[in-house]
Amino acid sequence: MDIITLAEITGSLSTIGYGLAALGPGLGMGILVGKALEGTARQPEAAGRLQTMMLLGIAFVEVIALLGFVLAFVA
Amino acid sequence: MAVIAGMGLSAVSTLADASGPEFPTIDDFLPPTILFSGTPFAMNRIIFIRVLITVVLVLVLGISAKRAKFIPGRWQGLLEWVLDFVKNTIVYEAMGEERGKRYVPMITTLFLSIFVFNLCGVIPGLNMAATATITMPLVFAIWTFFQYWIAGIRGRGLGGFLRDEMFPAGMPKPVYILLAPIQLIELLLIRPFSLTVRLFANMISGHLLVALCYAATQWFFIESANKAIMPLGALTLAGGIFITLFEIAVAVLQAFIFSVLATSYINMSLPPKEESIQ
Repeated sequence: MDIITLAEITGSLSTIGYGLAALGPGLGMGILVGKALEGTARQPEAAGRLQTMMLLGIAFVEVIALLGFVLAFVA
Repeated sequence: MAVIAGMGLSAVSTLADASGPEFPTIDDFLPPTILFSGTPFAMNRIIFIRVLITVVLVLVLGISAKRAKFIPGRWQGLLEWVLDFVKNTIVYEAMGEERGKRYVPMITTLFLSIFVFNLCGVIPGLNMAATATITMPLVFAIWTFFQYWIAGIRGRGLGGFLRDEMFPAGMPKPVYILLAPIQLIELLLIRPFSLTVRLFANMISGHLLVALCYAATQWFFIESANKAIMPLGALTLAGGIFITLFEIAVAVLQAFIFSVLATSYINMSLPPKEESIQ
């Protein structure tokens, strides 16, 4: 090992990359579901509509995490 | 869903260096051809599952429709409930009855076939979601793509549709330099691509997790030389059962999300004028 290399990693780095990619969407999903719950608590009769909208939002957020998952295999 | 998949992935890489169980890999999704190899109709296991399950779906629905009675039995009631759910909750809720009527057959086909294809991942003996490779979701996404372009062009003409989509009203002029290309890329690429990736990546991660749990269980119970770690097998077995149930939920959810998104993409392409009336 030369002097420049201070640390070495063996194995696949893409799992770490996936973990990083899942961080943001995880936060986003938490906020999304929390807000939808808040809305439902304020206005229980809107629960059905809110739930559909929440699932739509989750679908958009989830793609980001899933892109990370796909790239973990591609890279 | 995706977060749990990530845990599964890291578990694969940490455990794989020991002489452990046979872990699932991405090669599971590229099985060798089994039928008609050499011809353009070469089939592998996944394609065979698709054909089989399509035939089953068509037969079940056809026979149920043929034997439909005025007073529905339990099975017919269930089917009618599903069809009503797609019609009312997915299509009419977004589009209204007037415009939605034309798209009910398409969305119902999407929902039912994606749901049944996803469910193959947990049916014993098949054990592979038919939507788990990129081609099948891509076909559904391309269908949706053409439907929302056609809906837009029919309503406003190609020029009008592109103008409305790329230059939404009420923006300061310089913003359009940035906004117009983004909107165009979204229309052409991002929408079908995200539909595809969402579905097939979900199915791949689900299959990997289920296979990982059961492979580990088999190894802990049967092949492991050290019997002291057998209790871990109970843990992975419980995890496997949990994830199998979770996968059933994901199958429904992904079918629902795909059809809701397809509906709303088509709805966004339809001329906005009538929206205020409904």
